Amino acid sequence: MNMLKLSWKYLIAKPLNTGLNILLLALGLSIITVLILIQDQFENKMTKDAEGIDLVVGAKGSPLQLILSSVYHIDYPTGNIDMKDAKALEKNRLVKKIIPLGMGDNYQGYRIVGTNHDYLQLYDAGFDTGKEWMKPFEVALGFEVAKKLNLKVGDSFVGSHGIGSSSHEHDEHPYIVTGILSQKDNVLDKLILTSIESVWYSHDEGHDHDKFEADVSISGFPDTEEDREVTSLLLQYRNPIAAVQLPRFINSKSALQAASPSFEISRLFELLGVGVKLIQGLAVAIIIIAGLGIFIALFNSLKERKYDLAVMRTLGASSIQLFVHIVLEGVILTLLGAILGIVIGHGFLAVLVMQNEQGAISGLSAAVFLQEELWIIAFAVIVGFVASLIPAWTAYQTDIAKQLTKS
Amino acid sequence: MLSVKNIQFQYNPDLKFQVPDISMSAGDELLILGKSGSGKTTILNILGGLLKPQSGEILLNNTKLNLLKGAELDKFRGKNIGIVFQKPHILAPLTVEENLKLANFFVGEKGDQNLNLLKELGIFDKRKAKVNTLSEGEAQRVSIARALANHPKLILADEPTASLDDENAQAVIRLLQEQAKKHNAALIIVTHDQRVKDHISNHLIMGGLS
Repeated sequence: MNMLKLSWKYLIAKPLNTGLNILLLALGLSIITVLILIQDQFENKMTKDAEGIDLVVGAKGSPLQLILSSVYHIDYPTGNIDMKDAKALEKNRLVKKIIPLGMGDNYQGYRIVGTNHDYLQLYDAGFDTGKEWMKPFEVALGFEVAKKLNLKVGDSFVGSHGIGSSSHEHDEHPYIVTGILSQKDNVLDKLILTSIESVWYSHDEGHDHDKFEADVSISGFPDTEEDREVTSLLLQYRNPIAAVQLPRFINSKSALQAASPSFEISRLFELLGVGVKLIQGLAVAIIIIAGLGIFIALFNSLKERKYDLAVMRTLGASSIQLFVHIVLEGVILTLLGAILGIVIGHGFLAVLVMQNEQGAISGLSAAVFLQEELWIIAFAVIVGFVASLIPAWTAYQTDIAKQLTKS
Repeated sequence: MLSVKNIQFQYNPDLKFQVPDISMSAGDELLILGKSGSGKTTILNILGGLLKPQSGEILLNNTKLNLLKGAELDKFRGKNIGIVFQKPHILAPLTVEENLKLANFFVGEKGDQNLNLLKELGIFDKRKAKVNTLSEGEAQRVSIARALANHPKLILADEPTASLDDENAQAVIRLLQEQAKKHNAALIIVTHDQRVKDHISNHLIMGGLS
């Protein structure tokens, strides 16, 4: 027998009460766990995906939409821009590097993005098998795309029009897989990458077999005299002055819009922040109710237990031991609640991720444990300690003789 | 071994108890009789160190009980004084054996004799049982076993037979006497139960208020 076991025995003597308190606390803490997990991974992922991209240029519209569609590939593009305008930008002395993107097609919900090999370099992407695309209609698959769709190098497939899964297929031009990227845990995992030319040709009427045999552009813009469009451009600044001048310069030009990923993302988090704060508030309210529940349960049980406490004193327990006995009950309760809460939180996230295979959350992992979760446990234990202080103090002050003589 | 001298206690200025001097050696028995309100439970509480007397001296096994305080007093009580109450007061979340072990734990004893004790009191088979499955008589025997778990020098029993039938009452008194002898402890029983009178020859009758 020891203090821990004694408190435990008293807890399991009331399984319903104990279970309910643990569950309530676990519920509040699981919400916090999910929030922490999502927030941390989301921010990490968002920052990682936008690394190296100073500015995104696209058609006029919502700057946030432009960023979401061109950097994170989760929203629809704002439209296309004329390649002449894009090429003019390439000559600007403030631009260090420019990567064109062409979008519009998908295969089974995975976006087909036309770009050049600079895009791969931007994310420092390597290949698991195969190599980069060199000819039109050759594609490299993101790690997850290859895994989920079970495609290998040499396989071919037909893309469909549109960004989401749907509509009519471009059946005349099958894509051929030339490479599969290694896992990067970023946006590349979910993309099908090809050349800008592939995207153009798949939408062209008629076949021009000479074009199909020519090598595609590896860096910069495709060399063509035709009137062509791209969807958006990823830019790197040459120097800090560019950050001041370039966006203003581009936005003042009628057809184009420039948006900074870091600015838009912090704006997005600001917008989401209201919702997150609301949920956080709810979680804190639940935790406070759970703490009150524990307090009330301990306080009520104390009424029935004054006799037991007095008996313990006659058996040699000191006042301090009784104090510890009650505090331990609160702390054991909340410790179990915290552990259960974290387990529920991770389980909930796992289910969430499983159900959203292609959405924005799909890149999250439930198997990540953060340092903040230790803080959750510490926080819960503090709640238990505080909730049991008054009952424990009452126990500390139990007048043995009075308790035992009044029957 | 036990010597009580000049003990005075008062709940308030109008209600004053004068406790008769008591002197007992190991193995002695004493029955304190009196009507309710005569202060006999108060004596028991003072002897058990549950109440502090205003004046006087209690010497148990060469320790001045009335001078001990706080945790020191609690440990001394747990180790040297076994108290049996009118109601058994078994801690319900614990099994019979765990109730004994808890008594051992609080004073740092090993409790090697617990199972023997339970055997002698005829409740060995119930050692894993919870209190709510015990009969009144069994529960009272458990409370006796628990009072004896740390081999006390003094056994105090407060109306131990009040809620028992004749047969059980007799058994409980006999067990208390046997165990007190065996542990070489002084036994003090406080009661108004006339059935107990014949079993113990040494009586102290409380007159009531002084």
